[in-house]
Amino acid sequence: MSAEGHDHGHDHEHEHHHKDTFITKYIFSIDHKMIAKQYLLTGIIMGVIGVSMSLLFRMQLAWPEESFKIFNVLLGDKFAPNGVMANDIYLALVTIHGTIMVFFVLTAGLSGTFSNLLIPLQIGARDMASGFMNMISYWLFFLSSVIMICSLFVEAGPASAGWTIYPPLSALPQAIPGSGLGMTLWLVSMAIFIASSLMGSLNYVVTVINLRTKGMSMTRMPLTIWAFFVTAIIGIVSFPVLLSAALLLIFDRSFGTSFFLSDIYIAGEVLHYQGGSPVLFEHLFWFLGHPEVYIVILPALGITSEIIATNSRKPIFGYRAMIMSIIAIAFLSTIVWGHHMFISGMNPFLGSVFTFTTLLIAIPSAVKAFNYITTLWKGNLQMNPAMLFSIGLVSTFITGGLTGIILGDSTLDINVHDTYFVVAHFHLVMGISALYGMFAGVYHWYPKMFGRMLNKNLGYVHFWVTAVCAYGVFFPMHFIGLAGLPRRYYTNTNFPLFDDLQNVNVLITTFALIGGAFQLVFLYNFFVSIFYGKKAVQNPWKSNTLEWTTPVEHIHGNWPGEIPHVHRWPYDYSNPGHEEDFVPQTVPMKEGEVVLHH
Amino acid sequence: MTSLLVVIVLVLLAVAIWQLTKIFDLTQVSLDSDDSQVANDDDNNVQGYLMFGFLAFIYIFTIYGVYTWGHLVLHTPASDHGATIDRLMNITWVLIFTVQAITQVLLHYFAFKYRGNKDKRALYFADNNKLEAIWSVIPAVVLAGLILYGLYAWTNIMFIDEDDDTVVIELYAQQFKWTARYAGADNVLGKANVRLIEGVNTLGVDLSDPYAQDDIVVSELHIPKGKKIHFKMRSQDVLHSAYFPYFRAQMNCVPGMVTEFAFTPIYTTAEYQALPYMVEKVANINAIRAKKSLELVAKGEPGLDPYTFEYLLLCNKICGSSHYNMQMKVVVDTPEDYKKWLSEKTNLVAEVKASKAEPAAPDASSAKDTTVAKDTAAVAKIAMK
Repeated sequence: MSAEGHDHGHDHEHEHHHKDTFITKYIFSIDHKMIAKQYLLTGIIMGVIGVSMSLLFRMQLAWPEESFKIFNVLLGDKFAPNGVMANDIYLALVTIHGTIMVFFVLTAGLSGTFSNLLIPLQIGARDMASGFMNMISYWLFFLSSVIMICSLFVEAGPASAGWTIYPPLSALPQAIPGSGLGMTLWLVSMAIFIASSLMGSLNYVVTVINLRTKGMSMTRMPLTIWAFFVTAIIGIVSFPVLLSAALLLIFDRSFGTSFFLSDIYIAGEVLHYQGGSPVLFEHLFWFLGHPEVYIVILPALGITSEIIATNSRKPIFGYRAMIMSIIAIAFLSTIVWGHHMFISGMNPFLGSVFTFTTLLIAIPSAVKAFNYITTLWKGNLQMNPAMLFSIGLVSTFITGGLTGIILGDSTLDINVHDTYFVVAHFHLVMGISALYGMFAGVYHWYPKMFGRMLNKNLGYVHFWVTAVCAYGVFFPMHFIGLAGLPRRYYTNTNFPLFDDLQNVNVLITTFALIGGAFQLVFLYNFFVSIFYGKKAVQNPWKSNTLEWTTPVEHIHGNWPGEIPHVHRWPYDYSNPGHEEDFVPQTVPMKEGEVVLHH
Repeated sequence: MTSLLVVIVLVLLAVAIWQLTKIFDLTQVSLDSDDSQVANDDDNNVQGYLMFGFLAFIYIFTIYGVYTWGHLVLHTPASDHGATIDRLMNITWVLIFTVQAITQVLLHYFAFKYRGNKDKRALYFADNNKLEAIWSVIPAVVLAGLILYGLYAWTNIMFIDEDDDTVVIELYAQQFKWTARYAGADNVLGKANVRLIEGVNTLGVDLSDPYAQDDIVVSELHIPKGKKIHFKMRSQDVLHSAYFPYFRAQMNCVPGMVTEFAFTPIYTTAEYQALPYMVEKVANINAIRAKKSLELVAKGEPGLDPYTFEYLLLCNKICGSSHYNMQMKVVVDTPEDYKKWLSEKTNLVAEVKASKAEPAAPDASSAKDTTVAKDTAAVAKIAMK
């Protein structure tokens, strides 16, 4: 009782303090809930920029070298003279689109938002292990976003060597104008981003290990937490390698070292570099780059697990198998990077090894997909927008994942490598799927974040148009890839061979423009509901997890009294021994109630 | 301009739908309770049916896609090993379509069938080791088969037997053009390094190397049908990728190292042009080009040339501003024609001698492809700024 009183007084004091200064409450906040909202807001802004870029270059691909006033307005006279997009800015848009979507939206925006929001709330902690480090992590992310955006306004244009920034193209300003100041800013921004990501990840891991409430054993944690926890570990293992690659590249660019460069003759002269290898960079890059796609997709899968179980009113099927598959995916993800490099010139023997490990990943992925489907079986599905996005995620994850069997097989990769087939594959399996996961999370936890509900009808419109457009964009793309069309071509008009693909490109762009426009529905819903949405009740989705035991109004420290204790696993939905179709984790076991072996 | 109109129409459409949902919301005013934004049974019903509709959409779109765009997909490989790749590809496709068909039906049908109802209760079904074992083992077995076949094919394609009777050709990549060097009578390429680039010797061949004496440098690739071609790739500036889609062959070109790929062409260019599917494809492309030409001529611009099929070497690794136009024509000749073509070429050593004899002559190789030279110069100029 005395502890409770103390906690309460402490919280009250804090809250009072925070109300006084706008800056500590809304800007330099160390409250994980506010930091989560900051991540989300920044992620949404970056997402709008990244998606808009893709619409611009999709227009160029559908109507090559046609004049659009909007190009001239957005890109200026230098990069879009008379409204015709220049080839250099096309590559820049492709590069920055990839960078922003992969790192700034789907890594920081997704993981940053939901790890911060849910880890303390779902494990029963008052805040992150280090609130201060958490704040620094967000502000470094903000800084790196600002630098990335600034790089768009550099005179020679932003980085344009593709988001994979393979040297020598990214190392030599003579090779492409974007490899001047634009690439320098890209590297600086990424270095800061990595620092931010590492601080965040360390915090998540430490918090999950140390700050679980009484009774919250590892096998009573919701799958969201398992996903965030394992994701953070992958990040800690692989991001430093990208940092080292970025640093070595900075050395090559600015201090004349030859880590990645050798025997280069460009712009009429021989450069001094000798002995380095671009293949080394590819190894270092993909040692992060491949785990990165799991850093993106695992949190989305964790969110989906939670939402599907809640809205099916059923336990997630195979809880332990889900945990095992998350761990298996995480482990395998660090030993498959070479499948991006089958034809890079590395020893073909390595290709055999990486084919083997890569195709192994299909097994835990298949287990996850089947377990989701079985969870729906004989459920009582509540079709909230979050649930629709989660089902949509399972659908695109399967469609996109299956073509991975082709790309992961070195023999088949020979002919589809770097074609639009790859673009279609990864956009479905990690781009669209992860975005669906993010949307699902926003619809589901919006009441937790803002104390208000999102409008469900706008949510339905948002989902259905997005779902149709996502398939409309990426399904036809498989065909033009199988026709042999390379990606990152500014236009195909120099190859009459590809003239019969043009109408497919027009269709893809049309779907992209419609899908892009309908994201405005989401943005409207999101921003208007913050102020005018229906007030939320404490547990709107009748969920079992701990975050719904906190009051609707945010307080520092999350629970006004003592932190609740946990007595059961999080998926007791429709348990026949109970009246209600949900049994929160805080409800003690009834006498004689059987504990399932999860 | 029409596209801009399309965009405006789309935005208006979005506004219209937003208005509609607003009206829909207003009609629900009587339900202004706190859980009005949580799905009720009506929502579950409507969304459940929509899920079923979406399943139909995926199926119809897939069938429509295969029917309308299926012919665009590369087929009839022009190389010996291509058939192996295509067979593995087809097996994989059968597998993918089967799994896709079954799982999407289950997913969306369950979403429809078990849509929520407040009088119903879900089945408390949390675990079944047998089921989970089944769907771990089946993918494992199927994948093991695919992996074995894949590795067998990969080994056969990628490990090049040096003792084979091959034709050795160097592919040399630079921004934004390809050059080929033939090893000549000795079938061994002379040593080369970018530091030796000078004048007509644009590939940096070591002219003092005895193996280099008979090397021949050309800008159009001719290869004989039925003979294994052993390509050795080099790049002088950035990464490029030598992509021969019709031969199912691709390998990156990496500055500072030599990469390899080998294949045996099995159709001459003339034979491939005469394949029924290719005749149809070319006719289709020419119909598209004729239509576009009419539009261009109406605008007072020159029309497009009709298209005839040629094998091409494309660059498939982003390499700079003109990446999208880095190509080389590839001609597969009968062995006799190939020999004749090659015998008419002068070797590099002789070319260098000739250029030294008349120092006033313009640099022949750089004048060959003016667009490429211009592009490189432009990039260099921007870089210098």
